Amino acid sequence: MRSFAYVRAGTVEEAVAAAAADPEAAYLAGGTTQVDLMRDEVFRPARLVDITRLPLRGVERRDDGGGVLVVGALTTMEELAAHGDVTTRLPLVREALLRGASPQLRHMATVGGNLLQRTRCRYYRDPSTACNKRAPGTGCAALDGHHRMHAVLGTSPHCIATHPSDLAVALLALDAAVRVHGPDGERAVPLGEFYRTPGSTPHVENALTHGELITHLEIPLLPPEARSGYLKVRDRASYEFALASVAAALVVDEDGRIRSARLALGGVGTVPWRVPRAEELLRGARPDDDVLRAAAEAALSGAEGRPDNAFKIGLGRRAVVRMLGALARGEEPDGAARGEGR
Amino acid sequence: MVNGSAAAADGTPGPVVRVPVSLRVNGAERRIEVDTRTSLLDALRDALGLTGTKKGCDQGQCGACTVHLDGKRVLSCLTLAASADGRDVRTIEGLERDDGAPHPMQEAFARHDALQCGYCTPGQIMSAVALIEEGRAGSDDEVREFMSGNLCRCGAYPHIVDAIRDVATGGRRA
Repeated sequence: MRSFAYVRAGTVEEAVAAAAADPEAAYLAGGTTQVDLMRDEVFRPARLVDITRLPLRGVERRDDGGGVLVVGALTTMEELAAHGDVTTRLPLVREALLRGASPQLRHMATVGGNLLQRTRCRYYRDPSTACNKRAPGTGCAALDGHHRMHAVLGTSPHCIATHPSDLAVALLALDAAVRVHGPDGERAVPLGEFYRTPGSTPHVENALTHGELITHLEIPLLPPEARSGYLKVRDRASYEFALASVAAALVVDEDGRIRSARLALGGVGTVPWRVPRAEELLRGARPDDDVLRAAAEAALSGAEGRPDNAFKIGLGRRAVVRMLGALARGEEPDGAARGEGR
Repeated sequence: MVNGSAAAADGTPGPVVRVPVSLRVNGAERRIEVDTRTSLLDALRDALGLTGTKKGCDQGQCGACTVHLDGKRVLSCLTLAASADGRDVRTIEGLERDDGAPHPMQEAFARHDALQCGYCTPGQIMSAVALIEEGRAGSDDEVREFMSGNLCRCGAYPHIVDAIRDVATGGRRA
């Protein structure tokens, strides 16, 4: 690991000033991505600005509209999952959090850092290989290499790395936003405008500029009558990244028609993948098999597989049908009793 | 603002930067000075001589380095010692009772033969103690799910679940 200077900030302004003043500075929060990638020499900051003591921890509820949770960016994954409003009103967020990582990592990892975690692409994490995301212009070793875990949506000839966050998928479905503090002041960025597909610049992953710091997440609550969940399909039952995942929320009227639908996919895209077209197909329809299959078809529309990951297209469609069908019937997609917190 | 002196800014490997770190470790105040790159794991083992905490993968995947930081189980290999300054750390060495008797979880692991080589065991036990404090030991399935961050390559999992459930149920499980 490259040696680095270390500063611990006491205020947001102090942190932003310290990072902005040094083009080779990086923030340190939970460290679960930052320290790991520094040890692998993927990240080589000359200065770490430790933000763990900033007063950005905790959840407040704002009662405008249908209610919004304002979540400090340093709130840990475990803390957010345990919050009362998340448990009762946002099951998809709770499930996305508790199905991610391991208990130890969830006690360390912050929700702000979770949104900025880096791909698990093995080539990105290995500086001896070609990777346009890590080292622009060197090529993409995954295209003809090991790419079973890689993306089928939002890819480019320059990068097919999957975005690994579960939380971001649930938050995208909810129209959440991040509040950002930077050298030029504060701004809010809807999550739908936050992530960048790779195109010809895979190293540009999101809307943040150097020195900008996520200070809060704003998560709108679902209406009390909504049903929501997060289905994560993976190679082992726990502590594993998604092959395909589905965050969904439905409001079903008494006559059995879907009044509103929210749908986003993880594990299959280079960025968390919202599917407005599928949501439109569901709105006003009865959730029969044909409608769910049409929504699933729309959800994976445009997907491009390669030899080892083409299976994700069918897997993603089946996951959408399973998740939506379970919500429509008021069941769990994986047979677990709701509220068990798995 | 705490400030460690600057490294070279031109991208070349800079000089070693050292920072003072105060930790409360198993109830005792400890003051050390570490390279900013030092993990809490290496600080515990190398600077403080507490070698009960094990280094398995050193990349946050195996759980062998699990300790309690301010009462929560965390991975000491991905925690920078500098960032843990001022915090409370509990390691496997801090579990024994004042009279030197083992912690009930340590006794349960021995009684249930919940290990073979024993390398992952300190991490397993620190995670297991935390799991019970978190209220996550209500069923075998729940224990399996919430112990998923601790790998055992010997495959002692069934006996680990038995040991934890034994403690969780107050010894009512044989």
